[in-house]
Amino acid sequence: MNTPIIRIRGVSKTYDRSDAAHPALAGLDLEVRAGEAVAVLGRSGSGKSTLLNLVAGLDRPSEGAVEVDGVAVHRLGEAALAEYRRRRIGMVFQFFNLLDDLNVEDNVLLPAQLAGMRREQARARAGELLERLGVARHAKAFPGRLSGGERQRVAVARALMNRPPLLLADEPTGALDTASAADVRDLLRGLNAEGQTILLVTHDTALAAACADRTIELLDGRLVRDTAAVPTPGGVL
Amino acid sequence: MSALGKVVRAGVGRKRVQTLVMVLTTMMSVTACILAAGLLVAAQGPYQRSFADQHGAHLNVLYDPAKASPAQLAAAGHASGVTASAGPYPAVTVQPRSGEDTRIPPPGSPLPPMTLVGRAQDGPMDGLRITFGRWVRGPGEVVILDGHSPLAVGDSMQFPGLPGQPTLKVVGLAASVSWSADGWVAPEQVAGLTAPGTTPAAQYLYRFARAGTDTEVEADRSALAAAVPPGALTKATSYRPAQEEADRTASTFVPFVTAFGLLGLAMSVLIIGVVVSGAVTAATRRIGILKSLGFTPAQVARAYLGQALIPAGIGTALGVLGGNLLSVPVLGLAHKALRGGLLGIPFWVDLAVPAAALAAVAGTALVPALRAGRLRTVEALAVGRTAPGAKRAAARVGQGGQAGQGGQAGQGGRGGRGGRGRAGVAGLLAGLQNGIGRLPVPRALSLGLATPLNRPGRSATTAAAVVLGTAGVTLCVGLTLSLGLLQDGLEAGRAGKVVVEAPMEGPGQPADQVDEAAVARAIDARPGTRAWYSSVPTPVTLAGNTGRSEAVAFTGDVSWSGYQLVSGRWFSGPGEVVVGSTYLRTNRAKVGDTVTLTDHGRTTPARITGEVLTTGDFVFMDRAALAPLGGAVAAEAISFHIDLTPGTDANAYANALDGVVRPMGLSAEPGAQHINIVVLAMNTLAGTLTLLLSVVAGLGVLNTVLLDTRERVHDLGVLKALGMSPRQTVGMVLTSVCGSGLAAGLIGVPIGILVHHQVMPAMARAAGIGVPETDLGVFDPAVVGPLILGGLVLALLGAALPATWAARTRTVTALRTE
Repeated sequence: MNTPIIRIRGVSKTYDRSDAAHPALAGLDLEVRAGEAVAVLGRSGSGKSTLLNLVAGLDRPSEGAVEVDGVAVHRLGEAALAEYRRRRIGMVFQFFNLLDDLNVEDNVLLPAQLAGMRREQARARAGELLERLGVARHAKAFPGRLSGGERQRVAVARALMNRPPLLLADEPTGALDTASAADVRDLLRGLNAEGQTILLVTHDTALAAACADRTIELLDGRLVRDTAAVPTPGGVL
Repeated sequence: MSALGKVVRAGVGRKRVQTLVMVLTTMMSVTACILAAGLLVAAQGPYQRSFADQHGAHLNVLYDPAKASPAQLAAAGHASGVTASAGPYPAVTVQPRSGEDTRIPPPGSPLPPMTLVGRAQDGPMDGLRITFGRWVRGPGEVVILDGHSPLAVGDSMQFPGLPGQPTLKVVGLAASVSWSADGWVAPEQVAGLTAPGTTPAAQYLYRFARAGTDTEVEADRSALAAAVPPGALTKATSYRPAQEEADRTASTFVPFVTAFGLLGLAMSVLIIGVVVSGAVTAATRRIGILKSLGFTPAQVARAYLGQALIPAGIGTALGVLGGNLLSVPVLGLAHKALRGGLLGIPFWVDLAVPAAALAAVAGTALVPALRAGRLRTVEALAVGRTAPGAKRAAARVGQGGQAGQGGQAGQGGRGGRGGRGRAGVAGLLAGLQNGIGRLPVPRALSLGLATPLNRPGRSATTAAAVVLGTAGVTLCVGLTLSLGLLQDGLEAGRAGKVVVEAPMEGPGQPADQVDEAAVARAIDARPGTRAWYSSVPTPVTLAGNTGRSEAVAFTGDVSWSGYQLVSGRWFSGPGEVVVGSTYLRTNRAKVGDTVTLTDHGRTTPARITGEVLTTGDFVFMDRAALAPLGGAVAAEAISFHIDLTPGTDANAYANALDGVVRPMGLSAEPGAQHINIVVLAMNTLAGTLTLLLSVVAGLGVLNTVLLDTRERVHDLGVLKALGMSPRQTVGMVLTSVCGSGLAAGLIGVPIGILVHHQVMPAMARAAGIGVPETDLGVFDPAVVGPLILGGLVLALLGAALPATWAARTRTVTALRTE
């Protein structure tokens, strides 16, 4: 757990150049070590999602450097960013972002197929993930038929398909009922226990407390608190 | 501005690309329709209109002033049936050569005999319209009849046989609806063009009360001849050949312009339908918001009707402008081909076409607009958050779908109302999509291939438009190839890289004493000769012939001449003839019939073995067939057509042979290439219409892909977040049109071929000829293959821009899109 997997140095992000006085992120420095589960807390507009987008390579910083697993993400071109997202990160979204016209298995297979993994190998990996996440019986079902919790499990399976060193989760329980949220909470905790590095953006302090061994809090784009939490044992993978 | 007005304006302004596509689509469609409709209208009796506009003459008459006094000639204007007359104008018939300033034909080349008339441009009859250049300003200049001379403005003609060897510079081309002369000069010029010992003729132009048929015109001519001393009327030319040619040419345009017009109309309706309904559908969530704010269903419907009509109105206005601008060069060629009668787009076409286009847009927009107005607010708000594929997925779920949370979660219940039928179709589409997903191609491509299944109706409509576009391209290519072959066949009478015949002018040995055997030996002996044949008119007639057939006899190897047979075979010796369509039609004869050849009381039977492609009324036979009839020919009109071995210089060959045949009373000249203005006009028009149709089809694809991409931009964001690269994104979007493009090619090309096989014979029938099978069978694999791929190319070109946009779409932005 000593190797930093995320290094963020002096990162600022301003969406509107004329509004430089109110950046989404302002000179942020952050390091996340491999195996850590870090929860990013903060109110709306504090810069949480911006931070996640920068780490995911979905957006570029106005200033500063973002380095993930040894890759200078801020310097990558579009094609290299796509390759980076395939190989090094998995993403879980608040609203699952499953493709509704593909069945569960096809959704999970997508990252592997985009990365050019052999069909048999990809199917085996998908089957293994669906089995372990408890949604194998829904492999041929379409996402619209699943409950929110099940959809989020499928989304997690898809995120883990290419064995990414870093899992990014953006309000993963934000669209779920209480029971489903607890379900996902357990899942993330288990993944981290097995060594999966997780960067989690959430409003949900309970989720942060349950899943994260470290919590940071942003306010107006600045890091205002960075505290360690006691990790919870358990795992599923 | 009212709330409704603001909504409409904002809707038009916000979807700029979609608005632009609609403007361009309607513009191209209206432009094509204006052109097609303009030509169709012009093709209805073009000659009659020009005749009326230019005060045409029914008869152009040349009198010999030595045989009739001016008073007698003037009195002929009161002959029976004459309603108007003009003249006298001094006229001379000359045989010029091309002057030093002339490029084609080379300087010094003999030109066809011409009748030059000294008169002013305007007159009480046969007003001359300058088509290029200007009218003559004095001696030394000539204006020639447009389309009847190889010379162009700037060229010159010389008269080496006349005193002073005068030269005339061509300063203009003029259209004469009556073909009253081959050229016009200043009246004071005529004396200098008159050969010593002769006097210029006096030209009079006449109109008659009855001149609708050849018989009536002939009766009118007889009345004039009777009104002047015997022999005074030396030449009378009727307006009828010009009228018949113009009407025949005009009617050949009708079938293919109609075909293109119908293709264009159907395609425009489809594309406008896709564009307009897509625009309304894409804005469903906005409709929900408007209704939630208190807009009534009628207001919503009016708003979306307005949003469709504003860009369509702009496009229509631009289309009218474009159509009229394009009509200048495009219809200008057709005008020449029709010998006038095409004076621009009629005003009512400029009103009727845009009115029809706007009505089509309004009609197309009304259905989705009314549907939008009736949409329940809560549904409209939810629909806007849903990708189309999700609806189908929800339909597959059926009524048992579990409602979840969030934007995507509400789909199951809505789709569940679709009923068993919808679920069945959805299941079928899902099966197809799964099948495509299993194809052994990269996933980005299989995702693209399955994209049309998300909006099968829209995709099918767009594919249908590409089908029509491909059919249009196929028809255009087929017409161009067939017309080229047909032109070659019709020009076969002028075959030969070198032609030996009696010179048009100058002293020489009397042609009727030409030693044909000596000429043949000279041709055979000349290095570079590959093959040759001779043709000569004969006085032979066919017993019972109700037409005016001209019998032509051939000697030598005619196989390379290019004569094409509509049916049957070429004659193989005496006792056999081939005839043109005119003979068969006039005499109700058919291939296989036996006819009787007659010459000065001698007869011999001959069987019709084939129908030859020709616009003239010809009967072709072997020279040996004349033996039983005495063998008489019009030797002064004999011509030898020579084909050369590859690499032989035609000019050098002709010069060398000319030295040998000149003492025999003949001359050798390089054969001339002729440009058929009618074929050129048809090809230009077909090409222009095809280009417009292709652009409209491409815009349709662009619009569809754009709508698909925008509707699924959130999914695109997800895919990019999962690692889809820009190249994969472009591949996915382009692949989404490959299936429909290829299918369009596979369906559109046969349709185009089918239309071609209907249009070409119809055009030929209008021209009074048949079409040889070889001229129809132009679609060999080398042509069909690229045409089939043409549908794909058309679709890919249309999808290229949206594909680039999709690749450039920022992932974060796409993910945030609802």
